Amino acid sequence: MADKAKGFFVTGDPLIYGADVAIVITLLGILVFLTFFKKWGWLWREWLTTVDHKKIGIMYLVSSLLMLFRGGVDALLMRMQLAFPNSHFLDSQHYNEIFTTHGTIMILFMAMPFMFALFNIVVPLQLGARDVAYPFLNALSFWLFFFGAMLFNLSFVVGGSPDAGWLSYPPLSELAGSPGPGQNFYIWGIQISGIGSLATGINFLVTILKMRAPGMKLMKMPLFSWSVLASCITIIFAFPVLTVTLALLFVDRFFGAHIFTATGGGNPMMYVNLIWMWGHPEVYIVVLPAFGIYSEVVSTFSKKKIFGYKSMVFSMMIISVLSYFTWVHHFFTMGAGADVNTFFAITTMAIGIPTGVKVFNWLFTMFRGRISMTQPMLWTLAFIPCFVVGGATGVMLAVAPADYQYHNSYFLIAHFHQVLIGGVVFGYLAGLYYWWPKMFGFKLNDRLGKWAFWTWNIGFYVCFMPQYALGFMGMTRRVYTYGWDMGWAPYNLVSTGGAFLMGIGFVFQVWQILYSIKNGERDLTGDPWNGRTLEWSIPSPAPLYNFAHIPKVRSDDAWWDMKEHKHGAASEKENKEFEPIHMPKNSGIPFFMAACWFVAGFGLTFEWVWVGIAGLAGVAICLLARSFQRKTDYYIPVDEIKRTEASLGRVV
Amino acid sequence: MKKHTSSYLWKVSALGITLLALLTGCDRRYLVFNPSGPVAQKEFDLIVLSAVLCAAVVIPVLILLFYIVYRYRDKPGNKAPYTPEWNDSKILEIVWWGIPVIIICILGVYTAKTTYSLVKPPVTDVKPITIQVTSLDWKWLFQYPDQKIATVNYAEIPAGVPVQFQLTSDSMMNSFWVPELGGQEYTMPGMAMRLWLQADKPGTYFGSGANFTGRGFAHMKFKVVAKPQAEFNQWAKQIKKSAPALTQERYDLLTKKGLAEKQSFSSYPESLFHNTIDRNGGKYMKPEMKHGGHDMSMMDHDK
Repeated sequence: MADKAKGFFVTGDPLIYGADVAIVITLLGILVFLTFFKKWGWLWREWLTTVDHKKIGIMYLVSSLLMLFRGGVDALLMRMQLAFPNSHFLDSQHYNEIFTTHGTIMILFMAMPFMFALFNIVVPLQLGARDVAYPFLNALSFWLFFFGAMLFNLSFVVGGSPDAGWLSYPPLSELAGSPGPGQNFYIWGIQISGIGSLATGINFLVTILKMRAPGMKLMKMPLFSWSVLASCITIIFAFPVLTVTLALLFVDRFFGAHIFTATGGGNPMMYVNLIWMWGHPEVYIVVLPAFGIYSEVVSTFSKKKIFGYKSMVFSMMIISVLSYFTWVHHFFTMGAGADVNTFFAITTMAIGIPTGVKVFNWLFTMFRGRISMTQPMLWTLAFIPCFVVGGATGVMLAVAPADYQYHNSYFLIAHFHQVLIGGVVFGYLAGLYYWWPKMFGFKLNDRLGKWAFWTWNIGFYVCFMPQYALGFMGMTRRVYTYGWDMGWAPYNLVSTGGAFLMGIGFVFQVWQILYSIKNGERDLTGDPWNGRTLEWSIPSPAPLYNFAHIPKVRSDDAWWDMKEHKHGAASEKENKEFEPIHMPKNSGIPFFMAACWFVAGFGLTFEWVWVGIAGLAGVAICLLARSFQRKTDYYIPVDEIKRTEASLGRVV
Repeated sequence: MKKHTSSYLWKVSALGITLLALLTGCDRRYLVFNPSGPVAQKEFDLIVLSAVLCAAVVIPVLILLFYIVYRYRDKPGNKAPYTPEWNDSKILEIVWWGIPVIIICILGVYTAKTTYSLVKPPVTDVKPITIQVTSLDWKWLFQYPDQKIATVNYAEIPAGVPVQFQLTSDSMMNSFWVPELGGQEYTMPGMAMRLWLQADKPGTYFGSGANFTGRGFAHMKFKVVAKPQAEFNQWAKQIKKSAPALTQERYDLLTKKGLAEKQSFSSYPESLFHNTIDRNGGKYMKPEMKHGGHDMSMMDHDK
């Protein structure tokens, strides 16, 4: 028994024991808190069963910030190990596990949910809609992501973490290269949350196409919604590829097939092709919405219409198509031949063109505007130089023969962190600061925000600029140790310093949020930034039904137009009668169904077949139960709408 | 005010000069900036070209950004023009769709040219030498089909002679990288890749595995020693005379997971390289995958 437990729990590392203790204490703390303050019912009714897109958005946000913390701790552990040559802080195996989980968590469990948080919080409001197209599916997507992420995170205390890199190339990720449950955690954690991501892509695509307010033609739609549309199209084509790839890898590992091993006639190159057919579009999936955020922020805080709206839309759509013609640049060095390499080198460079155009359009939105240095704007301004340089190194990487020298080196590491942090994270943070008042009804403190901004930004350059140099010095990614002989030591030490500065920036942000909950400037107008799009036309936080009256849209920048010409919600003379509002009912099924997936994933991870089957049976039962539910919706009566509107300070 | 600006400018340019000095590559630690053969030289030239072309866009954008933010910030009394409705200019849009297109065209042409040139021997007037490389857990095996000798974790090559590395793996997928001599190529089980490299002058060059292969990955480093042809021949003869033979048993030991010291062998089992490929799945591959490319006439040294 004790032996069995010893194989089950990860043992032997003081860092892991520390984590065990922290997890138990945190869980106990939560349980005691919920019981003592009698919050269980509240938690169940208001959150676990909710189908309200705004609450789902907030749950995504909280999860992604927690994952940012976990992924960030992974990053700091790695940087601590690399700070000095011949360091013995982590051993090879532990280091391999940490970089694998760092990459996986940051892309799939931090960036994706952060993005979905903003989709959920903003898109229906921006479209003048009362909900997303499929609210139940939306809740299910969240819980699938959540339980998938939990399954993946469990690996570092139970069973052992995956250690084959965040894309897990075979043959290393096959049973012979990675025995044990770690790699299975990777497969099932991603697989379960991936189903949720695909469903979210479908959900928001339909929401955008079908649920826009009357008058909002596609070419009058705000750019953030456009960026979500582009991103969703890409999700719909990319995620099934990931699902199939991981399923095939599972077949190899579980049933002893050899789809991705050359012995027996399989082919590891097939895996590398497939995973990047998802993987490269994936980075555009996460960066496109950031482009949308920058567009909204630049326009709002320059008090000016966005420059070249059509060009912006066109470039985003081109990016989502071109993103499928770039995957081979991840393995120029695989000997694909000069024809293939040349083709993909040029298609990869070409994606720089629409991206560059967007930068010029943002610049010329600011040109002859009036720029106010609010927090969202600061992050947007910091994004431009960071992304322009990161994009330039991206073009350099696309030059196939030059890539023979950059491939798998720290030059590459510096490049993709520069575009993913400078592009994606800065963008989502800009979005977070921008829409925070809409979510919670208060602004985040400015002074602490500036501290966070500067430590993040300075930390970023201190951390990643030396890594470009390290790449030219021949340092490859994923080495856990190095000697004094190569001259890498000072650069690594500086880089580690930068990483810790960024960590301090994150701490400032946590402090900023906690401080502002109490002391943040309250927003009573619903329109604290003098915004341009419909989400600013309703109170903050938005009522359950979002819009008491569905707005009529006459131009792009709909809310700005209403304010300018005093019509619609901006004119209080238009006193229309309220009508009962049709809303979906809360449901516990999404939570239970995802929990059953978790059980199934856990069973298959440890190859406990019966647990896996039991979990899948649970999923089937949940589906069946849902199909027999008849009363899934209700109407909010007029009286309640009147009361809510009056309490939010609206004329009734 | 003016003085303040000029001191700021001075600081910025000082910083720029320091950076330039750091990046010029006079420092030998910057292996990629220290090309020691025609392949590395071509790649280095392309790196410089792409950096310059990118800088031609990046620098103006940065200047424009700072200028615009400074001039149009929302400060009381800012007299800069304010045109909130101006949102379209065909000419400007044509300019910034056009410039990147031109740059990508230029870069694309040079990329294509160099890509095609790198699959051929870098010089044609010298007879190339072939070295067969096998990545193992976690060591490198080099076989010399012409000399019939083998080494572990170091390779000697004749300077001024094109070297055709044939690459495979007898474990995980790795990548063979010698930055000063030219780029890298994957080693994959069941397949033979090919990489042309050449050292112009004698010297010792750093090489490493560049694709993650598990616990011992960080230790998969090796030295490539380039010597004048005569000395290389001398070295090969010496190995042939004094080193032990690489028997199948010894090879099986090498394939076990673990690190290894530098080793030399006076011979190796017949067709070891091709057998390794076949055993790892090469027998299912099309011939061109097995033999790394099209002109197979140059490949079959040990058959």
